[in-house]
Amino acid sequence: MTALLSVHGLTASYGEGQVLAGLDFEVQRGGVTVLLGANGAGKTTTLRAICGMVRREGSIIFDGKPIQNLSTEGVVRLGVAHVPDGRGTFTQLTVDENLQLGAITRRGRKEIEHDIERCFGYFPVLKERRSQQAGTLSGGEQQMLAVARALMLRPKLMLLDEPSFGLAPMIVKQIFDIFRTLNASTSMSMLIVEQNAALALELADHAYLLETGRVVFAGRPDDIRNDPALRRSYLGY
Amino acid sequence: MAIERVSAILFLLAAIAAPMLLSGFFIFQVTMLLVYAIAIMGLNLLTGFNGQFSLGHSAFYAIGAYAAAILMDKFGIGYLWTLPLAGLICFAVGFLFGFPALRLEGTYLALATFGLAVATPQILKLTPLEHWTGGVQGVFVAKPNAAMGLPLTADQWLYYLTLSVFILLYILARNLIGSRTGRALLAIRENPIAAQSMGINVSLYKTLTFGVSAAYTGVAGALGAIVIQFVAPDSFGFMLSVTFLVGLVVGGIAWLPGALIGAAFILFVPNFAEEISKGLSGAAYGVIMILLMYVMPSGAGGIVQSALRAVRAR
Amino acid sequence: MELLLQQILSGLATGAIYACMALAVVMIYQSIGHLNFAQGEMATFSTFVAWQLITWGFPYWAAFALTVALSFAGGVLIERVVFRPLKDAPALSHIVVFIGLLAIFNNASGFVWDFTIKTFPSPFGQGPMFGAFLNMHQAGMIACTLGMLVLLYLFFSRTRLGLSLRAAAANPESARLVGVRVGWMIALGWGLASAIGAVAGMLIAPVVFLEPNMMLGVLLYGFAGAVVGGLTSPIGAVAGGLIVGVMENLAGTYVPVVGSELKLTIALSLIILILIFKPSGLFGKTLAKRV
Repeated sequence: MTALLSVHGLTASYGEGQVLAGLDFEVQRGGVTVLLGANGAGKTTTLRAICGMVRREGSIIFDGKPIQNLSTEGVVRLGVAHVPDGRGTFTQLTVDENLQLGAITRRGRKEIEHDIERCFGYFPVLKERRSQQAGTLSGGEQQMLAVARALMLRPKLMLLDEPSFGLAPMIVKQIFDIFRTLNASTSMSMLIVEQNAALALELADHAYLLETGRVVFAGRPDDIRNDPALRRSYLGY
Repeated sequence: MAIERVSAILFLLAAIAAPMLLSGFFIFQVTMLLVYAIAIMGLNLLTGFNGQFSLGHSAFYAIGAYAAAILMDKFGIGYLWTLPLAGLICFAVGFLFGFPALRLEGTYLALATFGLAVATPQILKLTPLEHWTGGVQGVFVAKPNAAMGLPLTADQWLYYLTLSVFILLYILARNLIGSRTGRALLAIRENPIAAQSMGINVSLYKTLTFGVSAAYTGVAGALGAIVIQFVAPDSFGFMLSVTFLVGLVVGGIAWLPGALIGAAFILFVPNFAEEISKGLSGAAYGVIMILLMYVMPSGAGGIVQSALRAVRAR
Repeated sequence: MELLLQQILSGLATGAIYACMALAVVMIYQSIGHLNFAQGEMATFSTFVAWQLITWGFPYWAAFALTVALSFAGGVLIERVVFRPLKDAPALSHIVVFIGLLAIFNNASGFVWDFTIKTFPSPFGQGPMFGAFLNMHQAGMIACTLGMLVLLYLFFSRTRLGLSLRAAAANPESARLVGVRVGWMIALGWGLASAIGAVAGMLIAPVVFLEPNMMLGVLLYGFAGAVVGGLTSPIGAVAGGLIVGVMENLAGTYVPVVGSELKLTIALSLIILILIFKPSGLFGKTLAKRV
């Protein structure tokens, strides 16, 4: 079975500086792939490159279609939801409006309403605040909102950029439990960029290590746990 | 830099020779070109280098022009003295305007200066001030003859005077930009908060820049009044501010020599547009402006600077 | 007292036109962060088109509707064709293009329809409405402006397209991430602004008579109204426009030095004053800047 997302020779640059120097990796259908690496390794840039938010070259195949020349909107409309670095919440709009925007490309009011209720099921605190301006939510709540908004797309692939960043451990656990549930019950695939390697490796079935814009290791989570050098670098023990 | 020095020398040679080769009307046009170039340099200091958007420079030009006219007409002051006096007056006005301007960002500043530009002709027409400003009729200015009995026509003399003022102001501006002050101005344009935290007194620099910018444009206005020999309120309206801005963008923001190219554009292209079509000259001018923005969005300065970069990279 | 009331009401009536222009200006400002200096000239051009349709025999409301539709389409077209190539150009270059458009439309109006003053019909009649306070056309202007405001409010708050537009204006990058075609949303904003401008032109033409420079003053007042209201809010724009209209009228009537020459200056001085104390306008949101 072919991979859902298949990336070859991906390069990306901001102006004069090249950040990605030729990446190769895949995300399997129904799989959870994690990108690990230090700051500046190019993890966020990778997600942005997939979504066309940065100048890139190389081959990106999603669900059998080449997407390296598509605009951001075009990629999203194929079923890729990106929860970006910084969450990207519409702070001036209400929680409810943020969720509706997640589904703005879909048809079927009843199903969308049903999905909103489902999101409230995962994140009850959002239901309490549904008419509030999103900018007044706490960091953790905005993260939940960002994830919920991405779910509203009913994406085939969800890209998550540091979902645990700046959140209390309890909330992080909550969110990752939801990821686990979603991955198990739906066929939604995930590509997660995470600094919290231990947490991410518990969820993932594949992992790639990035260093200065290149893949330096590819394998299963156990491969990292069983390699003393890698374990020390990325898991700290 | 060799290229810069060579072009400066070539420019000087051409500029000095020009009035000998041209007839009266063309000398007048080239003189006005230099006048507008000075005004555009002033605008460039404020908007191009310091990032404060002004649509009000027609007001400073008007103040300079009227200052010169009134000083000569009502006080009998010699025309040469009106230049620094106009500069000082406009510096004061610009500096004072700079204070409230500190509180206004981008578009809001544009609208406030725009208000200034629109108000100026109307204030000049006010009845209580008519004794000084001549109301709608304006004020006539006597044309000075060549000083010290030099064998030049009045037109040629005025040209050389304007050229000298231009060169002087250009050198001053260049030194300003190249100095620490200049770098501070650019820093303020790029990121005022960061500049402030580096110890730059942003408020002081911004108001001073407003003053200097106004002074430059005021001197241009004074020269313009002397060259045209006439000032009237309706020549100093909002469209003049717009014209200066177009000249600035075409010449290139933050590139001083661009003032000459910008001035040439705003002086000659409208006439050229009329050649294309008498009835649709305005539309032709508009189309030319838009096409120019497609081809060189950063003006002549942008093109020259990319060319220089390409040459240096080799 | 009667005079005051009359001046306020007629100030509200002209203010309604300024409010329309302010609304159009804010619409585009929200989309692209720039002021459309050509808005007035585009509105004048639209009004001429309406005049032409009426002269050819179209009934008033048919001409009105057709003009609004054509102006909408024209606005979308201009955004897609003229501004598309400027995506990465610096801000000041955009301003120059607006100026260019101003010149083109102003010249085109004069060229096609010449500079003689034309009368433009009013669908409301000219008779008095509330005694001597207001005539029917003035009441119609206020009613139309408020009607448009209500329609726009419903559009933005109740429809999916309106939500997409708001999202694209508030945060274009996030909007792309939910699949909104931001480019088309901007074009839509332009279309709406042009349509609103056309309505403003058709409403004011019966009062000031139709000629190519008709809207120059109105646009300035429109800017003033938009700034007073704060450039971030359509309701603020309308309120600002109405305030400017009333102040202009009161200043013209009650302040002795001010003839009609200085009315505009008074309005603009008030703007500057308001901006000094409230730099984001009366209703504008002060946005906190993160460094």
